[in-house]
Amino acid sequence: MRVLTRRRATRLLLNAAALLLFAVTVFPIYWMVATGFKRGVDILSFEPKWLPFPATLDNYRTAIGKPFFTTDVLNSMIVVAVTVLVSLGLAFLAALAAARFHFSGRKALVVMLIVVQMVPLEALIIPIYLMLDKANQTDKLTGIIVTYMTFVLPFTIWTLRGFIINIPMELEEAAMVDGCTRAGAFRRILFPLVAPGLVATAVFSFILVWNDYLIAYVLLQSPERQTLGIWLASFTTNHGTDWGGVMAGSTLYAIPVVVFFLLVQRRVVSGLTAGAVKG
Amino acid sequence: MRAVETRRPSPPSPRRAPEAPRPGARARRLRPLVPYALLAPSLLVLAAVLAYPLYRLLVLSFQQYGLRELFAGTEGRFIGMENYRSILADSFFWTVVARTVVFAAVCVGLTMVLGTLVALLLRRLGRGMRLLVTAGLVAAWATPVLTAVAIWQWMFDFEFGVVNWLLTRLGVGDFVNHNWFDRPLEGFAVIVLVVVWGALPFVAVTLHAGLTQVPAELEEAAQVDGGGAWQVFRNVTFPILKPIFLLLAILSTIWDFKVFTQIWVMLNQRPGRDYFLLGIWSYSESFGVSNYGKGATIAVVMVVLLMVLTAVYVRQMLRAVEA
Repeated sequence: MRVLTRRRATRLLLNAAALLLFAVTVFPIYWMVATGFKRGVDILSFEPKWLPFPATLDNYRTAIGKPFFTTDVLNSMIVVAVTVLVSLGLAFLAALAAARFHFSGRKALVVMLIVVQMVPLEALIIPIYLMLDKANQTDKLTGIIVTYMTFVLPFTIWTLRGFIINIPMELEEAAMVDGCTRAGAFRRILFPLVAPGLVATAVFSFILVWNDYLIAYVLLQSPERQTLGIWLASFTTNHGTDWGGVMAGSTLYAIPVVVFFLLVQRRVVSGLTAGAVKG
Repeated sequence: MRAVETRRPSPPSPRRAPEAPRPGARARRLRPLVPYALLAPSLLVLAAVLAYPLYRLLVLSFQQYGLRELFAGTEGRFIGMENYRSILADSFFWTVVARTVVFAAVCVGLTMVLGTLVALLLRRLGRGMRLLVTAGLVAAWATPVLTAVAIWQWMFDFEFGVVNWLLTRLGVGDFVNHNWFDRPLEGFAVIVLVVVWGALPFVAVTLHAGLTQVPAELEEAAQVDGGGAWQVFRNVTFPILKPIFLLLAILSTIWDFKVFTQIWVMLNQRPGRDYFLLGIWSYSESFGVSNYGKGATIAVVMVVLLMVLTAVYVRQMLRAVEA
């Protein structure tokens, strides 16, 4: 009897901790969405209004109506698409070499991939800015795309390598025994199996690029060339912040990331850790 | 949507295909070169966008490079160790280094400890509860940094922020119109909160995924042998998960050591010197007062420190790669 009540008490405690955790993780997001739909008077009230009723779309109108919204959305999309596609193409080949071939320098390559990801972009941005400035590439989307390669490419190679390593080599070997060439085995066996990993990697690099602030902030000066992150951050600078507008803008900015993230979250965890644990 | 995405990267493969099928002597001789050919494009790009800038950074740190050099488009003037000497002699440098290390240590420590606790909690919850908590974690994880900063800024707003209201209501003290960023220690507490809130889900979910691979029999056996919860964790669970712990710790250290956006945007893009970490100092020295040489020197110090701090982990990880 006593054991039973003790077990129930533990259960209760665990569930309480779980609910608290849920509140801490979700409430900020709820608060953003709710504030985005509130009227100004309800936002600026000392006693918080927990529900966004009566609701209004005014904040969204303000956010979208801010100068350069559409242009900056378009800029972000171009930058993200080009960066992701180029780095994915390059990285797939490199990851194939790193995961499936034996060659001298292979270990050095793996070491390099780990070390390179430690170099903080916050440090590299200084020489990169000066180099791009000399080449007249600051304040241009090409310059920023090239700069994104510094961290997207190593990350993509590393993650893809993890996905490829996870696919048993025996499958390809079996195909080769049956008369398939090595390239054929890659194309017919490995590629379809690694395709979900490719999608996951693409989405994750999309998020990396979309979330960048520093590089866009340093490299892009004119408002018509900026990306959405800079557009959002410029909301908060003026004093007497319009919190309704900021929250509506933040929601708009977060939506694509959240949607894509939910699609691939599970795979990315396995890809990242797989690459680390297995050689 | 999915089918379209997966198709995209396929063009390279048909082109590569003809290399291998010829069983002739020439193909065989060329075979060892295949991995290098596959690597070449990536390595070339990395050399241009990573290795060369890194070299330039090092060169810059030994130069006087300011607005004059920038506008004239000339090379910087070599001044030897002057930048390093001026930084090392500056007591502010040591303050910032200490602040950066402590900040990163607090963030990494909190993230790892809380992440482990959450992962262990997840395993003991019922199915419904576990789904609920995981959903919350994933939601926080998916939130972009800039969005998170804006949200917490709003929640900690001195006038209408919900946190001040809550703390006052709970009787913690009088937080009406309390400005959290007046005192750096409180400001940093908020920033740590933002960083940990964003980093915790990744650590917790990854560790939970790892935990499911630990055979339950092992832990049960240890419990039967009289091990307490802590002993079981330390002697059974932790050793099995060590590679994942290492990876998470190293990634967290890298991320938290160079925190920039959270502080910069949180303080409306003009943080006071009390809020400077190495990354922010390097940025403001270069792009704020156009002393690119000195900014590069601070950046070099930052890279070296990060390398030293993570060397231990990296060595262990490399050992795992070799094995």
